[in-house]
Formats: sequence, C-alpha cells, structure tokens
Amino acid sequence: MTQHPLTVENRTVPDRLRLAANGIVHAVKRRETRYGYLFMLPSMITLSVFVFWPIVQSFILSLQKWQLNGKETVWVGFDNYRRLFEDVRVQGAFTNTLQYTAVVVPASLIIALLLALALNERVPGRTIFRAAFFLPVIASFAIIAIVWRFLLNPDIGLLAYWSSQAGIPTRAWLRDVRYAMPAVMIISIWKNLGFNMVILLAGLQGIPDVYYEAAKVDGASRWARFRHVTMPMLRPTWTFVLIISIISSFQVFDQVWVLTPRGGPLHSTETIVTYIYYQGIELLDISYAASIGVILFAIVLVLTLVQLRLFRFREVDL
Amino acid sequence: MESTGVRHLSLPFKLSALQVILILVLTVAAIVVVFPFVWMVFTSFKYESDVFSWPPRLVPTQWTTDAYRNIWSQIPFELFFRNSLIFAGGVTLISLFLDSLAAYSFSRFDYPGRDAFFILVLIALMLPFQVTFIPLYITVQKLGLLNTFGGLIIPRATNAFGIFMLRQFFSGIPRELDDAARIDGASEFYIYARIIMPLSGPALATLGIFHFMYNWNDFLWPMLITKTTEMRTLPAGLALFMGEHVIDNALLMAGATLALLPLFIAFLFAQKYFVQSIVMTGLKE
Repeated sequence: MTQHPLTVENRTVPDRLRLAANGIVHAVKRRETRYGYLFMLPSMITLSVFVFWPIVQSFILSLQKWQLNGKETVWVGFDNYRRLFEDVRVQGAFTNTLQYTAVVVPASLIIALLLALALNERVPGRTIFRAAFFLPVIASFAIIAIVWRFLLNPDIGLLAYWSSQAGIPTRAWLRDVRYAMPAVMIISIWKNLGFNMVILLAGLQGIPDVYYEAAKVDGASRWARFRHVTMPMLRPTWTFVLIISIISSFQVFDQVWVLTPRGGPLHSTETIVTYIYYQGIELLDISYAASIGVILFAIVLVLTLVQLRLFRFREVDL
Repeated sequence: MESTGVRHLSLPFKLSALQVILILVLTVAAIVVVFPFVWMVFTSFKYESDVFSWPPRLVPTQWTTDAYRNIWSQIPFELFFRNSLIFAGGVTLISLFLDSLAAYSFSRFDYPGRDAFFILVLIALMLPFQVTFIPLYITVQKLGLLNTFGGLIIPRATNAFGIFMLRQFFSGIPRELDDAARIDGASEFYIYARIIMPLSGPALATLGIFHFMYNWNDFLWPMLITKTTEMRTLPAGLALFMGEHVIDNALLMAGATLALLPLFIAFLFAQKYFVQSIVMTGLKE
C-alpha cells in the first residue's frame, strides 16, 4: 500500500470511503448517545431523587442535630454516633437482630431444604404442596399480623389455648418478655419457608439427571448420592439463599412491627430497623435514626460485597 | 404433557414406601403451614359470640355470611381496595414502562457514561430501603406529595431490580432483529415498542407480578406516606382498623380473606410466573 498525502485535492477513493465511513460512525455514535440518554433519563432521574439523594442525605443528617421547627442547621460531628454506641437500646436491638438471624435463617433454610428434597422426589400432588407452602409468601404482613395476633391472643386465641393445653406456661405469647421473640421467630420461619423452598427446589431441579445416573451405575447409595451429587451441586443455590436470608434478616421490620409494635414487651423484640423507625418516625429524632441507618447500611454493604465475591453477579436464570 | 399426565394417573399404584412416607410428612407440613389461613376463613364465617367462645373452636358452630355483607359499610373496604389497586397497579404499569426503557438503553446503545450509570443501578439494587426511608420521607414531604397517590407511586416509578432483570433479558434478544428494522428506517421507539417489548412477554409478566405483589402487600411505605383513612391501602388500612376501631373480629377476618383473595386467584392461574418471580426476587431482597 502506498501512502497518500491526506490533502483534500489528492484524496483517493479509499480515503474518501474511509472518511465517509468515519462520518457515519460518528453520526451513529451521536445518535446512540442521544437515544441512550433519552431512554435512560426517566429512570435515572427517579433513582437520583428517590434513592441516591436520600442515601447522601442520610449521611449528612447523621452529622447534624435535627431541629423540628428550627430553620438553621446544627452540625454536631460524630455526636450521634457516640450516642449510638452508648445507647443500651441500640445494643439490645443489635443483640435481638443477631439472635433473630441466628435462629430464623438456619431454621427456615433447613426446613425449606427438607421440603424441597421431599418435593423433588416426584411425589404426586407436587403443585398442591408447593402452593400450600407458598401461601404465607403471598400474604401481606398486615394479614399475617391480623391472623397471628388473634391466634396467639391469650383470651380468645386458638393457638394460645392449644399451647397452654400442651403445657407451655404462657398464653400471652406476644405480650410475654420470654415468648414474644420466639413467637416472632416462629412466624418468620413460617413466612420465609416457601420462598426459600421454591429457590432451593429450582436449584435441585437444575441438577442434571446424568450425575445421579452415573452415581447409580457406580453403585452409590441414596445417602452417597445426596452427599456427593446433591450437596455439591446445590451449593451455589444454597449459599445464595443463605446470604440473601442473612441480609434480609438484618433488615427485619414488618413482621416484628405488626406483631409487637414499638419493640414488644420491655423492648424484647426490638430490632435495628424497628428502632430506627421508632426513633425517626415516632420520636422524630431523625438525625439519630439516620446515624443508626448508616451503621446498618455499612453492615449490609459488607454482606453484599461478600455475596458479590461469592457470585460474581449471578445472572438471572429465567 | 399428555404422556406425563398419563404417567401421573398411574403413579398412585406404584408408590414406593419412601414416597408414601414423604407424602405423609408433606401433608402434615402443609396442614401446619396452611392452618392460620384455614382458621382465618372459618372465623370470617362465625358469629361474634362464636369468635369469643372458650375454649376456642376452629369450625363455626353456626355459619354466617354477615361479615362479608357488613364489611362494606363497617370498614371503608371498597376504598382501601381501590387505593391498593391504584397504588399497586400504577406502580406496576409505570415501573414496567420506565424499567424497560432504561433496560433498552443499557442493552441496545453504546454511549459514554453508560457503564457508570449501570453501576449506579446495581448500587441501588443492593440498598436496603429501610436505611433510607427517613430522608426519603423528607424528600416526599418537601415535594408536597405526602398523602397523595403521586407520593405513593412516583418514588417507585422505576425499580433498579426491574432495570437489571430486563436488561439481562433484552441482551438475550438477537440484535439482528432490531438492526434490520433500523435499516428499514424504524424509529428507536418503534423498535422498542414493536419488536423488543412483544418478544419479552414472559419476562414482563414475571416482573409485573413481582411489582404488583410487592406493592399490593407493602405495609411500611403506604403507612409512612398516607395520613388519612381516605388514602390508606388495604394492608395499612386493615392494620389500623385492627389497632383502633374494630369491634367485630369476623369482619376483620373477612377483610383479610378478601385482601388475600386477588393474589391467591392470580397465583392459582399463573403459578409458574409467581414461582419465577419469587426465584428472581432472591436477587432483590
């Protein structure tokens, strides 16, 4: 190829083509940029105003003292955070949240796994069973609160009556310091079960039959097949469910608030988010609530990063 | 389908011992899980004296449909129902529209800043709503949208999870399809509306169910944003009525039953999509 001087007069045909092509590429690029932004803008504006700005505001608020009617802003540095570390109710809320997580996550996962394994055994009526376990998932917390508070009502509740007949020394489940949290935990396990089960069942059904057949040919027992085929193949799904369960446990609010409003008897069911709600919405100490929110945000961020490391953005499988 | 149907019919005669045990265990578990709902439905057909009988009974001694006839006058049930429908339906429709527009942008165009914006979407996806609800409340208040449908719906007009999910789905649709239309001079909006959207039916249905179910059931958000009875949605309204004014418990159970019914019926008809949307929600929660 000979080098052509790139002057206007001396342009050769290939040069002109290349320039024309460049022009088209630029036009296409401009067009793509224009339409790209146009299509994305409505979502980005909404997210900016209602998601990103509130996050930034959380941080700012946590460094201020919130004045209910005062117009001026009072900066207090890390005072809210200092207060937070000395607040016994914050400590209680963290302890309760950790206890809740330590009980509800393993229990609902193990029961869900057992149910999923059973359903995976080609039992007849699988869709009916699945629908039954799924019912609490589609019920709102308002319905759940209405039903369970009544069932556990010491004066008229059927379950309260049955549990006292069974020798449990309380009838006032949700009003008793010792039993309020266990009751909330049991109801949460009941509510989360179907959700976990459906994901685990999808994972189980994703294991190719050939692995089981190969294991059978090798004379592997049922237990050996479970141990050496099911468990390792299910691990990604299992870890996934585990981490999202932990993350959502740290943010538990609805069931706790509707079953035992304002943290339950002697704050025995107070969790991090119910305490944020109490401080921010009920007491209107918005700065203090924001500082607790920032701490929770940090925790969730760490958990999410762990999740991302483990999954490298697990794609949605439809 | 046909052949599995036939096999299922013959199955009961060839059940192994293990399967029989599993069916028994599953049946017991299913009864335990469904029990509160069974009790709820039975109680909604009770007379008040029956509701308070001691020891409590599961099945009504005498059946009545009073609760279902009185609920409309005793609780502004129709209003709550309508509010829920406007809120959940509005969010679902608007969010499906905006999510899919953004997803179209992310999957079809290459422009400076695109990846940075997508990372922002992913950050929004991970953020717990509970952490920001107070500043969010202040924002809605400053916009003068408290206690309005605008205040309920606009902050949810788009959803990071929806953008993410649809972008993944759109990326799987061959580009040749829209490039061919582009060469024929079709506008971008035409390609989006007439090529991409019709090909995304299942993904949109799944996401639509997710949006609808999430907002229909949502408790904290309508509780925060609505202030008057006239604006309450079903979950927020029922919860308040439980706390304050309700004298008739059968009525409350009838309300709970009626609130659950639309989702339950939808679930029966579209179990597959519900299950899919739940499997995907894993990414969101």
